[in-house]
Order: sequence, then structure tokens, then C-alpha cells
Amino acid sequence: MEILLIIIIGLLHAGGLYMLLRRSMFKMIIGLILLGNGANLLIFLLGRLVKGHPPVIEDGMKVFADIYADPVPQALVLTAIVIGFGLQSFAIILIKRVYNVLHTDDLDELNSTDEEI
Amino acid sequence: MIVLPIIFQFVAGTILLFFWRKTTVQKFLSILFSIIGLGISIWLFLLVWENGIMITQSGDWKAPFGISFVADTFGVTMVLVSSISGLAVSIFSAGSMRKERLEFGFFPILHFLIMGLQGAFLTGDIFNLYVWFEVVIISSFVLLTLGGKKQQLEGALKYVSLNLLASSLFLIGIGFIYGLTGSLNMADVAIKLDNLQNRGLVSVTSGIFLVAFGIKSAIFPMYFWLPASYHTPPPAVSAIFAGLLTKLGIYAMLRTFTLMFGGDEFMGDIMVILAALTILSGGLGALLQQNMGKIFGYLIVCHIGFLIAGLGMYTELAIMGTVFYLIHDIIVKTNLFMVSGLILKINGTQDIRELGGMYKNFPIISLLMAIPLFSLVGIPPLSGFWAKIFLIQAGLQTQDYILIGFIVLGSFLTLWVIARLWSEVFWKNGIDLPKKASGLYFSQMSKTDQWLMVFPIVLLSAISLYIGFGAENIIILSQRISTELMDPSGYIEAVLGLKTMTP
Repeated sequence: MEILLIIIIGLLHAGGLYMLLRRSMFKMIIGLILLGNGANLLIFLLGRLVKGHPPVIEDGMKVFADIYADPVPQALVLTAIVIGFGLQSFAIILIKRVYNVLHTDDLDELNSTDEEI
Repeated sequence: MIVLPIIFQFVAGTILLFFWRKTTVQKFLSILFSIIGLGISIWLFLLVWENGIMITQSGDWKAPFGISFVADTFGVTMVLVSSISGLAVSIFSAGSMRKERLEFGFFPILHFLIMGLQGAFLTGDIFNLYVWFEVVIISSFVLLTLGGKKQQLEGALKYVSLNLLASSLFLIGIGFIYGLTGSLNMADVAIKLDNLQNRGLVSVTSGIFLVAFGIKSAIFPMYFWLPASYHTPPPAVSAIFAGLLTKLGIYAMLRTFTLMFGGDEFMGDIMVILAALTILSGGLGALLQQNMGKIFGYLIVCHIGFLIAGLGMYTELAIMGTVFYLIHDIIVKTNLFMVSGLILKINGTQDIRELGGMYKNFPIISLLMAIPLFSLVGIPPLSGFWAKIFLIQAGLQTQDYILIGFIVLGSFLTLWVIARLWSEVFWKNGIDLPKKASGLYFSQMSKTDQWLMVFPIVLLSAISLYIGFGAENIIILSQRISTELMDPSGYIEAVLGLKTMTP
């Protein structure tokens, strides 16, 4: 299970970085989304995966007697997903606006901020 | 009780949302709320100054489990300084911001931005810090794109993509921290990281944090988004960005690298090298530019280098110099962009080749503008001077002579840039620029609006003068902050409570 997750995280990061290095704006935002998801899965993995143990203390017990699933990483990932979703949707709208105004998808042509004005 | 400034800014922003189209009401309310917010920050500052570190555990969960809010001297000082520049920007934008921007919620977003900043300064939980960072950057995205000019959109695209990347890296760093220690409370993490045997992994984690915060605070190899985007929005927005956003990255670095990764020598060496290169590239970049907004943008980068230099040397004197410089820099950089905004309103351009004759036409305003410009250079006894003295002294102690060379070079480059700016904009004979039909010029504005634009510059200049002439008070303050930062045991004990130290 962990090996599988590690491979997926590696692929997401590699794919995200590859997409970021492309010249297209749309590929850049896809790269950022992939990287964000990779980071979320990484938190999930580093919070230690446990199979078949609930994060609940059994009846009549005061502390966990057994191995338990840590609920904190799930809360973190959930928060991170929500925040990431908001930011990514903003970025997508922004890219659409930039495309409408500048009529180009090529990042190399976005250099009017560097010109002398 | 500590969260009062945050809650207040949230309430202020929400109330302002109800007056969506009524811009006059919004202006008045925003200034009022900013003044009250400043009052609350002063009260909190005095409280912490008297009583030491104060803690609020949210939901009354004991420390390592719930989210703690910690008001130590450093945090409340930052809250106070951010309230001051928030007030100045609020007044300035009431005078200068165009109606079409105000109608799309400029003021509510400004208050949400300040809420995010103050939350970040007061939180004691690393994941909560991430959440506040996101609050800040989403507000800054909106402020940056508001108005939707072509250049603004382009600058925003660069800013947004690099900030998203930095956020992902920050999140990965948090994942590593949680994997290593099983905790998110910064005080708890500090203890657990200290006991960890695998120092290599700690260094790697701190490296990830350095890159993530480095992108946000624009240090050497990661600064290119800043000069590309900071001159595109209206000057009022640039002012709050310049004063507070990059400094938030510096704050986070100071906090994590003193508390959690205290005194990692390897990272310290890297930071010293990065600081030197940041100073050099920022200074040289500023020298080449002709647009005033871009010149100031590069100067931000240059002076971020001084702040990193102090953190890299990592002695009590160096941290003290950094804190002093941080307080001075927030005030002066906010003021600088407001000055450039005023010059833009008077002349209709920010190109220093076309500008001129400011001193002849507006002698009093010019003298006023001289205060932030020359505080930035650090001409004694203005405010920048003291901070640099401490940094150089710290460098002599740790024998980083090359770094001292770069600090002196950076000051010299700043002096050169400001002198060039002064002679081009203020002393050179001006030519009559063709008036643009669309723009509203300073001379056409109403008396109230003119005062609203000049007053915040007076306010912040007075504070800079105070930092310069009343330096002994600020030195006492930064001394106390640096003592607290260098010896975090007081912070850790206050957050966790002494009982939880021995489980």
C-alpha cells in the first residue's frame, strides 16, 4: 500500500514539474494542480497509514490499547484540498482573463511587464 | 482574548461587505475600523509588554492537541506595525483609489488581508500558519488583479503561479514535520526535533521551508516575480504589498528557524550566501530601471537581503539588527510606494526620465518625501542607520567580512539609486508633460482627497523619524525580541505549560 502511494506521489510530482516547465499557461496550471495533489498525498503518507484500525477509543478504555489510525492527517489533507481548490479556481479564471486580453497561451510572450513603460 | 485583533478585522471586513456600492460610507468606515484596530493592537502590545507571553488555546484544548495562539513580543510588535501601515494604506486609498475599483470591494479585501497577516503573526501552530498564509495570498491576488488592466493581469499571473508553487512546497514541508514529530504545534515540534537523531532529515526539511518562504519573501534565486508584478497595481496596493507581504515570509523564516530549526549551521551558511547575492542583485537591478515602481521593487529585494543576512549570522546581535531593520523596513517601504503614488498623481507618469522639477513646484511635499527616501539609505540619524550598524557589528563578531562588504555595497547601491532618483525627479528641470484626458490629476482633486493622500505620508514619516531619533526605545524592544527568539525555552514553556513538559 505504502509503496503504491510512494510511486503515485513520485509520479504526481514528476508530472507536475514537467508541466510547469512547459511554455503553455494551461499546462502550467495543470502542473500546479498535480503538485498540489502530490503534496496532499504526501501528508497522508507521512501521517502513517494503518489498515483496519479506527481512530476511536473502544468502550470502557481510557487510552488507545492498540494501533490506531491518526485522524489529524485526514483533517490536514481535507483543509489543504479545500484551500487548494479555491486558489486553483482563482488561477484558472485568471488564466482565462489573461487569454482573453492578450490572445496568447505562450508564457514567453508575456513580457510586457518587463518592458520600459 | 489574543485573537481579538483578528476577529476585529474579520468583523470590519464583513461589515464593509454590506456597503458594497456605497463607496463614501466604505471609506469612512474603513478608516474608522483601522483606527480602532490600531488601538486594539496597541492595547495588546502593552499587555504583552507588561505580562510577558500570553496564550489562547482555541476550544480550550490543551497545547499540543488544539491550535494555540501565542502573543509573544515579536508577534505583537508585528501586529502593531502591520496595523500602522494598514491604517496608512486605508487613508491613502480613500484619497487616491478610483471609484471603479472601490465598487468591487477594495476595502473589505484590504481588511481581510490585514486579518490574515495578524493571524499569521499570532498563531503558534505550523498548519494554522499555512492557512493564514493562504488567507493572505488569496486576498492579495484579488487586490492585485482588481481593475483588470492588461499589465496587471500579466503581473498577477506570474505572482499567482509562483505563490501557488510556494504554498505546495510549504505544505510538503509541513508533511515532513508531521511525519518526523507527529505534532504541528510549533513549540512541541521544537522539542521533538531537538531530540531527533537524524539531523540530515531535519536539515532537508528546513531547506524546504527556506525555499517556500524564500519564494514568498523574494530572496535571491526566487525573486523574479516581485519586480514583474509589484509596479502593476495602483500604488496604494503596492504599498501594502511592499510593506507587509514579503515581510510575512521573513517573519515566518525568523519564527521557524529560531524556534524549530534553531541554529542549524549548514542552513546559516547558505542563508549568508543567499543574503549577499540578494543584496547584490536587488541593488544592481534598481540601478538599471527607469520606472519608479520598478526601482522600489528592486530595492525591496535588496533590503530583504539585509534581513536574511542577520538571520544567517544567527547571533543575538544579528537577530536584534534584523528585527530592528524589519520594523524600520515595513514603515519605510509602505511610505515609499505611497510617495511614488503621490508623484504619479501629480505628474501622471512614473518614468524618472520624464519627471522633474518636483522641488521647484512642490517644495514642502518634496521635503516630506525626502524623509522616507533618506531613511531608506540610512543616513544618520534616520532610521535605517541604526539597524545597519547592528548588522555590521554582528558581522564583525562572527567574522563574516565578505558579508559586511556586501552590506556596505548594498547601502552604497541604495544611496546611488536614491541620489539618482532625487536629482532626476526633484532637482532636474521639469518638462511639461502632455496631460492625459482620462486620468485625474492631483491638482484637479478635491481638498479632502489631497489631504487624504498627503496625511499618511506625514504619519509614516513621523514614525520613521521617531524610529531614528528615539532609537533607544526600539533598541530595547528589539533586544527583548531577539533574546526571546534566541532562547525559545520561555516560549515553549508558556505554550505547553510546565506540566506537559514531563508526561
